[in-house]
Amino acid sequence: MSAGIVSYGAYVPRYRIKVDEIARVWGDDANSLKSGLMVHEKSVPDFDEDTATIAVEAARYAVKRSGINAQRIGAVYTGSESHPYAVKPTSTIVAEAVEATPVMTAADYEFACKAGTAAIQTCMGLVQSGMIDLGLAIGADVAQGAPGDALEYTAAAGGVAFIIGSKETEFLAVIEDTYSFTTDTPDFWRREGMPYPEHGGRFTGEPGYFKHVTHAAKGLMAKMGTKPGDYDYAVFHQPNGKFPSRAASILGFTKEQIKPGLVVPKLGNTYSGSCMMGIAATLDQAKPGDRIFATAFGSGAGGDAFSFTVTDKIEEIRNKAPTVMELLADPIYVDYATYAKHKGKIRLA
Amino acid sequence: MITMSVPRFWRKQVARYNLIGTHCTNCKTYYYPPRNMCPKCRRDGKLENFKFSGKGEILTYTVIHTAAEGFEKQTPYVLGIVKLEEGPSLTSQIVADPEDMKIGMKVRPVFRKLGESSEKGMIYYGTKFVPE
Amino acid sequence: MRDVAIIGVKTTRFGENWDVSLRDTITEAGVGALEDARVTGEEIDAIIVGNMSGGQFIEQEHIGALIADYAGLAKELHVPATRVEAACASGGLALRQGIHAVASGLEDIVVAAGVEKMTDISSTSASTALAAAADREWEGIMGATFPGLYAMIARLHMHKYGTTSEQLAQVAVKNHANGVHNPIAQYRNKISVEDVLRSIMVADPLHIFDCSPITDGASAVILAPADIAHKYTDTPIYVKATSQASDTIALHDRKDITTLAASVEAGKRAFKMAKLTPNDIDLVEVHDCFTIAEICAIEDLGFVKKGEGGKFTEEGNTAIGGKIPVNTSGGLKACGHPVGATGIKQAVEIVEQLRGDAGKRQVDGAEIGMTHNVGGSGATAVVHIFSRDR
Repeated sequence: MSAGIVSYGAYVPRYRIKVDEIARVWGDDANSLKSGLMVHEKSVPDFDEDTATIAVEAARYAVKRSGINAQRIGAVYTGSESHPYAVKPTSTIVAEAVEATPVMTAADYEFACKAGTAAIQTCMGLVQSGMIDLGLAIGADVAQGAPGDALEYTAAAGGVAFIIGSKETEFLAVIEDTYSFTTDTPDFWRREGMPYPEHGGRFTGEPGYFKHVTHAAKGLMAKMGTKPGDYDYAVFHQPNGKFPSRAASILGFTKEQIKPGLVVPKLGNTYSGSCMMGIAATLDQAKPGDRIFATAFGSGAGGDAFSFTVTDKIEEIRNKAPTVMELLADPIYVDYATYAKHKGKIRLA
Repeated sequence: MITMSVPRFWRKQVARYNLIGTHCTNCKTYYYPPRNMCPKCRRDGKLENFKFSGKGEILTYTVIHTAAEGFEKQTPYVLGIVKLEEGPSLTSQIVADPEDMKIGMKVRPVFRKLGESSEKGMIYYGTKFVPE
Repeated sequence: MRDVAIIGVKTTRFGENWDVSLRDTITEAGVGALEDARVTGEEIDAIIVGNMSGGQFIEQEHIGALIADYAGLAKELHVPATRVEAACASGGLALRQGIHAVASGLEDIVVAAGVEKMTDISSTSASTALAAAADREWEGIMGATFPGLYAMIARLHMHKYGTTSEQLAQVAVKNHANGVHNPIAQYRNKISVEDVLRSIMVADPLHIFDCSPITDGASAVILAPADIAHKYTDTPIYVKATSQASDTIALHDRKDITTLAASVEAGKRAFKMAKLTPNDIDLVEVHDCFTIAEICAIEDLGFVKKGEGGKFTEEGNTAIGGKIPVNTSGGLKACGHPVGATGIKQAVEIVEQLRGDAGKRQVDGAEIGMTHNVGGSGATAVVHIFSRDR
């Protein structure tokens, strides 16, 4: 039995802050940051948006895009590193809000930026084993960067939901295979009760991101007997614009292949939503028969690689929910003070 | 803080998440918030759950500058009465620039945080509205 | 049913009375009214007190017994004392319940009182307490405040009828002008339309000067059967009508947001009971918790056509000397609004006017007066009509 994507939905809050504005506050050189990070602005949640509300909006768009009966969803897994509750699932909120409850299972995932793809893999196993009919896998975050920290230039808000199934007639893309590469690498973390994550600076690069992304990607292509030239598109976790571009180049993918999925310059790093947002943006414009290669990265650390083939179904349902580009259009720019207010960095009590 | 105990909020949580109200099959009137008795038919009424489309328009609104307790961080915020297309009206925050507000404008629902009982307490989620 | 008369009245000073507790202030009002009526404690058959929320304001329930105790009417005389509640209409409701008791023949001398002690908690907490008069589950949780609810009424009134912010402001200006001459008023200063429009915005289009304040105070009246009223006073004031009506607790469920249908209905019932019309009324105390509320009240009670209240006010018709003087006490806006006391204070103002004791705010030749007390955003309305003649 095979697994595939039955639907997807993305959500990005309406507000943005420009790198220039953050740099102004901290006295940094905006131009060198923008060219170094290849990020120009990032999304900012409204004061009443969090990972749960973003996950719900993305999941509702996924349900809407496919028109499936949400009661068929047998599992909801939400990956995030900013779950609103430390204990109490985000996934039950989502499940109730899409009316998938009560005969189903749910849990929250955390694996830094790849908890959402871990949720996809779990759903693949459950649908292929026949344990469930459809699975809802979500990656969503209202990412936190400490004021003044390098992360603050990129830590963004957004989420993506995938509905995973096993009925081939329902697939908008077949998930041909997946492959993960995981080690214990402390390149980035947030301790229990701490508001902002800590990171190993340049240690997050080679021993973290590049090692795990390239091993996972190469591993999947070796397992499947494919090569970069077999794919029309490629997506890599995008904490900034530079890392996925370099990973693509190391692996032999071209700039054209990664272009549609490289949404980070106008969005920032949506953490658990990051790679999935790239996949969603690619699906927004892929044609039937196109092949998509994707590799997510999560600090701590691991890489999840996927190979997809898009089906005829995509044309039929693509426009039944907003595309990533539509979600990124018409932003409201905020200054640093408003951003700090929205993010709860200003404490009233 | 406008707070509610956990059971008090949870009791109507699904109604808040998904705009589920009631419909009287006797007089064909729709109710949101949900009711246990049809106020028109009273004991002759037959109420069943009904999920509203969420399409509505602004009947009236205000921009609140002096917030209710627990909403201080949000000022100025827009509060409106939304008339749903099926008939009933409800009170909701409208996620919009106060300058853009107009009586009669069309709105659609979004899933948002309504508030929280405290920093360590329950988070209330529910429906707010945004301009179409 | 027996006719009922008011034989004694007293309202305490309204304001931020830091040195006075709830039990102090209500005792002062009660004793004052008894002295005015020359009634002894032994003659009292029952106490009915309106109090919105001792529970939230001073964390004290069982207000009836507390008052009987501190008035010296509990330990030896064991006078029954009952608290009634209908949010800001609690006072009007206490009066109505007292009238019922006397009219029925079950009781003769009844103290109908109202009290609220609102400044023992922060103004934010007081606002939260007041918001409990609206629908906490479907209005309050969404961030609704009381000014916010009335602001939505005002916005639609302006939209439908062309009512202006200046017209709303004129309500406050007129009520402050009246308050100047009321010795118990919280505010005794004149203000201008510009002052109102320049004051901070609370809930657009309502400024802070469109809102009644947070106030401590108490008020009491002594009720007696009309047949024996002259035994106590030379100037009994007779109750010609008492009425009450309900509407939906939430503003959004009303048939028309700009009409307080409970006021309309309570008004009609009162006029019917008294066999009078709005033209017969010499002055009225209406529930101006916000300026828009006074505009709606004079429309809903039938003093002016719906939608014309703003213009009517702007033209001076509601000032002392105008067609129908409204809120000669200064209203809730200038006299202050200790929520449970307001409905009684309104009756006290009318009694003083009908007795001819209102000093510089006296309405010449006042013979028939009316009170209008509202709970919440209009879920309860209580109306009374009083007359010098039986």
